[in-house]
Amino acid sequence: MNKADENSKIDLEALRRKDKHAFAQLVNQNSDNIYRLGMKMLGNPQDAEDILQETFIKAFDNIDRFEGRSKVSTWLYRIAVNEALMLLRKRKDNLTEIDAELETKNGDLLPRQIVDWCCLPEKELVSNESRKRINAAIQTLSDANRAAFLLRDVEGLSTKETADVLDISESAVKVRLMRARLQLREELTNFFADKMVRESL
Amino acid sequence: MKHSHDLDCKDLLSQMNDYIDGDLDETLCSEIEAHIKTCQHCQIIVDTLKKTITLCREEGREVNLPPDARQRLFEKLNLPENDD
Ligand SMILES: [Zn+2]
Repeated sequence: MNKADENSKIDLEALRRKDKHAFAQLVNQNSDNIYRLGMKMLGNPQDAEDILQETFIKAFDNIDRFEGRSKVSTWLYRIAVNEALMLLRKRKDNLTEIDAELETKNGDLLPRQIVDWCCLPEKELVSNESRKRINAAIQTLSDANRAAFLLRDVEGLSTKETADVLDISESAVKVRLMRARLQLREELTNFFADKMVRESL
Repeated sequence: MKHSHDLDCKDLLSQMNDYIDGDLDETLCSEIEAHIKTCQHCQIIVDTLKKTITLCREEGREVNLPPDARQRLFEKLNLPENDD
């Protein structure tokens, strides 16, 4: 089960009083999730730690604005994703913005590579080399598609929750998720198909 | 690729996400399963897509907050540690 579900035990009244123990509990229950999201959005531990700190500072300052209609974990994800996207935008300021362009070009990502690599032994699929490639593949996604993919498929949020976090419609979540998944499949297929060829030689 | 089924490869691709997430009704689900049985192309896409998601999820969930970063977080927030 999603760890976030434990958050129902969080005492919202105590948080609003800025009770330190209640807040420490909130941090303990959510810091792994938020750090993980930062790591995968930004790709390095330093930025992930900055996102983590900023998220909880903002949560502490703005707890009055949390209405309690969604899970508190969803609210924290929302702060963290916004922080991450802001940092990514800042980082790209000097570079040309190619994200939006790529997005439309890849509009319908038709599967190109049709190779069944599922039969590869598990130890090949999760070798250090493979894991590096999986991480690199996640980083090739556009920021918007990556955020949708991480929330839905890694953090295990529902489509509705993901839509709330990203402030977009559920159908937009589905479109981004589909693009992300197909692109990842293509990236991993390139890698594992090569591996199969090399090994059959 | 054309098949005798009502559903072609293009339809399947557009329903793939919902199919993988188990969000489709039974009728559509069994139509897709029937298609996949006779179409290796789609079978491979579904299998590799599912495997891709599993591998990325497992890799993603490997990450945990390092203890020193946790300590810095609590200091920054001026919160008591070991307070579960
Ligand atoms: Zn087909």
